[in-house]
Amino acid sequence: MSEPLVRFRGVAKSYDGRARVVADLDLEIRRGEFLTLLGPSGSGKTTTLMMLAGFEDPSAGSIELEGRRIDTVPPHRRGIGVVFQNYALFPHMTVAQNLAFPLSVRGTSRAEIAPRIAGALEMVRLAGFGDRRPQQLSGGQQQRVALARALIFAPTLVLMDEPLGALDKQLREELQLEIRHLHAKLGVTVVYVTHDQSEALTMSDRIAVFEGGRIQQLGSAEEVYERPANAFVAGFIGENNRLEGIAEAASSLRLGDGRVLRTGGHGHAPGTALLASVRPERIVLGAAAAGLPNAATAMVEEVVYLGDHCRLRLGFAGQAGLVARLPRQEGAGVPRVGDTVALAIPPAAITVFRASPGSAIAARAHSA
Amino acid sequence: MREGPAARLLLRLVTALVLLFLLAPMAAVVLLSFSPTELLALPPRGFSLRWYEDFLDSGRWMLATRNSFVVAIATTLVATLLGTMAALGLQLGRFRGKAVLVTLLTLPMVTPYIVTAAAMFFAYSMVGLTGSLAGLVLAHTVVAVPFVVVSVLATLQTFDASLLRAAASLGAAPATAFIRIVAPNIWPGIAAGAVFAFATSLDEFVITLFMAGPGQFTLPRQMYASVREFLSPTILAAATLLFLCSLAFLLVSEILRLRAGRRGRAAP
Repeated sequence: MSEPLVRFRGVAKSYDGRARVVADLDLEIRRGEFLTLLGPSGSGKTTTLMMLAGFEDPSAGSIELEGRRIDTVPPHRRGIGVVFQNYALFPHMTVAQNLAFPLSVRGTSRAEIAPRIAGALEMVRLAGFGDRRPQQLSGGQQQRVALARALIFAPTLVLMDEPLGALDKQLREELQLEIRHLHAKLGVTVVYVTHDQSEALTMSDRIAVFEGGRIQQLGSAEEVYERPANAFVAGFIGENNRLEGIAEAASSLRLGDGRVLRTGGHGHAPGTALLASVRPERIVLGAAAAGLPNAATAMVEEVVYLGDHCRLRLGFAGQAGLVARLPRQEGAGVPRVGDTVALAIPPAAITVFRASPGSAIAARAHSA
Repeated sequence: MREGPAARLLLRLVTALVLLFLLAPMAAVVLLSFSPTELLALPPRGFSLRWYEDFLDSGRWMLATRNSFVVAIATTLVATLLGTMAALGLQLGRFRGKAVLVTLLTLPMVTPYIVTAAAMFFAYSMVGLTGSLAGLVLAHTVVAVPFVVVSVLATLQTFDASLLRAAASLGAAPATAFIRIVAPNIWPGIAAGAVFAFATSLDEFVITLFMAGPGQFTLPRQMYASVREFLSPTILAAATLLFLCSLAFLLVSEILRLRAGRRGRAAP
């Protein structure tokens, strides 16, 4: 394992000296990786990025880039590329002048600048657009210019602050792939901020899930999706059913209606208030459910037809609707509201968390 | 609402009278400045540039003109520099009490000049700044800065502060970012502020009367003296020239305002 490119050590940020926007942040960013900071607004992800860029000063802790402390270095001497959500292209300059800016402030000669601009425009598929003004370009084109401008001076690290937030869905998906390709081609390290979990899953080598100023989980897309570290991550990334219960034994829990659900070994003491999380696509439906552990029947409360699959909301164990995915199968009909379906929840599909102290189930476990 | 023909006629008449009332004195001065005789009569009997010649030949008038322009140019430079920096700090900085600071900075705009002048006279005489051109420049700067601050603040409203972050991330030091990114986007505001500062200083009379030394005549002071001491038509030539100056300022500031407006609309 080589030395990390960036290291946050005990970084905290507070604007008023009391409420901490970022707290006790320890994070290592690997050389060449695509790291996404994912979280709802106000979770501290953007503040973390701004501290790395140098636009915000940490209230505590230190940030190192290539082993050197940079939290005391002004932003213009950090050599980090930044792509902004609103593009931040200079309106009084042409596209080519925008791209020349980071080179000319570094004293690059005119003779060297011209071919690099041509190369950068080529890279973002905007060859021939050098003489246009930013206002004459579409949103997607402007963001591609901003990308090229952040990459043209060959920084080792590029930060992107919700760069696709202002674009429509189709353009966003197109640019996601384009950014992925650029990352792969140039080998540059990217730190990407988004609140869109599908964008994070699509693009990242690793995802840091932020909530309440702290990293809740740091791992690959697969890890945070398949093995969420806590109830917040489970709920924030992808769709998840939450079943509240009380630990019965080391590998089971009792749901609200008295039904016992077998789980993997969760290791919580009997009587602990728990939260079981199950992905809709992991619930087995129909004939295949017969004979499996945690088999049951449920009434269909709602059917949403989505072409390749149906999304069913089921009445189960007296709790709020259990969502399951029924893949489209040849010859099989679509269930209707009021039908009874067989289902099974494989113990391996259940992730168990301790319920948060304020929840209803925790109160019930306490009084029992 | 549609008014009848009589009402419309009345409106036009009143408008014409008001405009006549506003412009007639100035028109008279301009016409009389070309009078060939010392006896002033309207319309002038003939046309002559002798009073302009007199103005240009007179050591006192030339000295006053030179003083006025030296003070106005120096005031413009200092006030534009300080005012622009103040506006930048007020708009882009993050600190408490901004509103209070704006009020304090623009206070000289609404304070009666005579009060400012008297206060400055006492303050400056304590440190020996009265009777010097430098002191006069300082005093004029105080009343000129608010015009620059207000004008630059107005253009900064349309300036996107994330451009400064972008410039920094691309390696531009704050001074470079100001010269290459901020100034090109807000220069109409800076230039309009500078025009106001220049005009304010050129026209300033009350403070000059208090602060200037015995030999330090500026154009307004010289004009006042020439009316009181020896009424010569030369003052009419000076007034006309000063009037032309203001007319030029008005045109320049109007052009700048239009340019700033167009730039504001073109930005996304």
